[in-house]
Amino acid sequence: MSHFATVALMSRPILESTFFRMARSARFAAFALTLLCAIQYGNAQNTPLLSGGVGFFTSTNGGNTTYMPTIQPLLAAPIGNRFLIESRAILLENFFPKGNGQSGYDHNHFIGLAYLEGDYFLTPHITVVGGSFLIPFGTYNERLTPIWIGNFQAGPLISSLGTMSTGTGVGGMLRGSAISRPKYSFDYATWFSARSANEQFNSKRSFGVRTDLYLPPSRLEIGLSYGRLLQGTHENFYGMHVWWEPKDTAFRLRSEFARGHHAQGYWIEADYRTQAFGGLDSWVGRFEPVFRMQQTFRRDTIESDGLPLVNTQRADFGLDYNLPHNTRILTSYSRQFSSSGNENIWETGIVYRFLFPAWKGKSQ
Amino acid sequence: MSQKYLLAGTIVLSVVFAPLSAALRAQSPAAPQTAHAAKKQTVAKHKSHQPGDEGERIFEQNCSRCHTAPEGFSPRISGTIVHHMRVRASLSQHDQQELLRFLNP
Repeated sequence: MSHFATVALMSRPILESTFFRMARSARFAAFALTLLCAIQYGNAQNTPLLSGGVGFFTSTNGGNTTYMPTIQPLLAAPIGNRFLIESRAILLENFFPKGNGQSGYDHNHFIGLAYLEGDYFLTPHITVVGGSFLIPFGTYNERLTPIWIGNFQAGPLISSLGTMSTGTGVGGMLRGSAISRPKYSFDYATWFSARSANEQFNSKRSFGVRTDLYLPPSRLEIGLSYGRLLQGTHENFYGMHVWWEPKDTAFRLRSEFARGHHAQGYWIEADYRTQAFGGLDSWVGRFEPVFRMQQTFRRDTIESDGLPLVNTQRADFGLDYNLPHNTRILTSYSRQFSSSGNENIWETGIVYRFLFPAWKGKSQ
Repeated sequence: MSQKYLLAGTIVLSVVFAPLSAALRAQSPAAPQTAHAAKKQTVAKHKSHQPGDEGERIFEQNCSRCHTAPEGFSPRISGTIVHHMRVRASLSQHDQQELLRFLNP
């Protein structure tokens, strides 16, 4: 399953195509548009932007291929110099083979908001976030879920750990850069989410904190995360991530470990682009081999965290190609091992990233 | 493929990757800028900036950690992008201002 579909399913129950739900989404869009029209700008550089990705993905598992066209627009609109409204939506259609020996394909779709938040820059080091936000546990949920960023179509197996199964919180967050120096920087994010059963803004009562230490000279980032579920069985989640991007190379190493009440796991991902054959924009330099190793371990058999029910190992071998004009081709082969059966997963996709002003603004 | 071979392959790849990148780095000492800075040039190739500029450093150290730079964008949204990245990348106000100055010298 693709990572955006995973996020979509994590965020809220599968939405079947009903007129009323579509109408609700349309009302949200109309509200956002009205709000946008009311915005006054501080200067010409602050025109609202429309960004995002358009993609088409395929995934083959056990001889069954699913096809997923999707679009994920992102809107960011500043109001003055201290306030920013931003939101990302997910629209996808999923075509999959009919089961039970029937021929042909069936389909479902998902339309929803990944997040809708207001950001207020309170001080040089504190930003107040309110609304529906992506839970900042580890790195994957906040940084790598956009389809124009992720190197693999499928997210890590542990992506649901620490994100309270919805991936989003409804409430408030304080975040920012506590210290920023040329040799080191330290940033933080701490949040509280209320319980919400709203279809668009589903969340659980919880709180958490994430801290990052970044060492620019060695391009090394180390972060710690903690989250606590405050409804039902109160559970703790712990996370740690290490990212390393050696200077003067196009090599990146990302890794993350997460531990929940019922399971734990890790992933390590490496990607590389060579400059040795005419630079990154040569036809060779545009290739990007990617490798990811991941393992999950059950601590008990209670199913509540979205991880496999048995210990699982998985290796993902990817080869991406960075075309001109913000377009990427993603391909990967994954081999998954577990006591419930081994699997081969083949995935392909193409993503175009767009980024432009939401409308024509004044020139400076 | 068994789990044993998978684990061995992972270790071999990990061991090979780092020296490989170091070797390629050593082969191209004349490369004037970092890989992602080179990509960044496509964003701001119409603009001039001085080497060592703090905004450039902030761009290289923060933006490319997560994503490749987009191939150009309108200067009318540069302020909005920097606002957005201040939240997403947890930049300080100073970093935000330097980054904006770099994108719009």
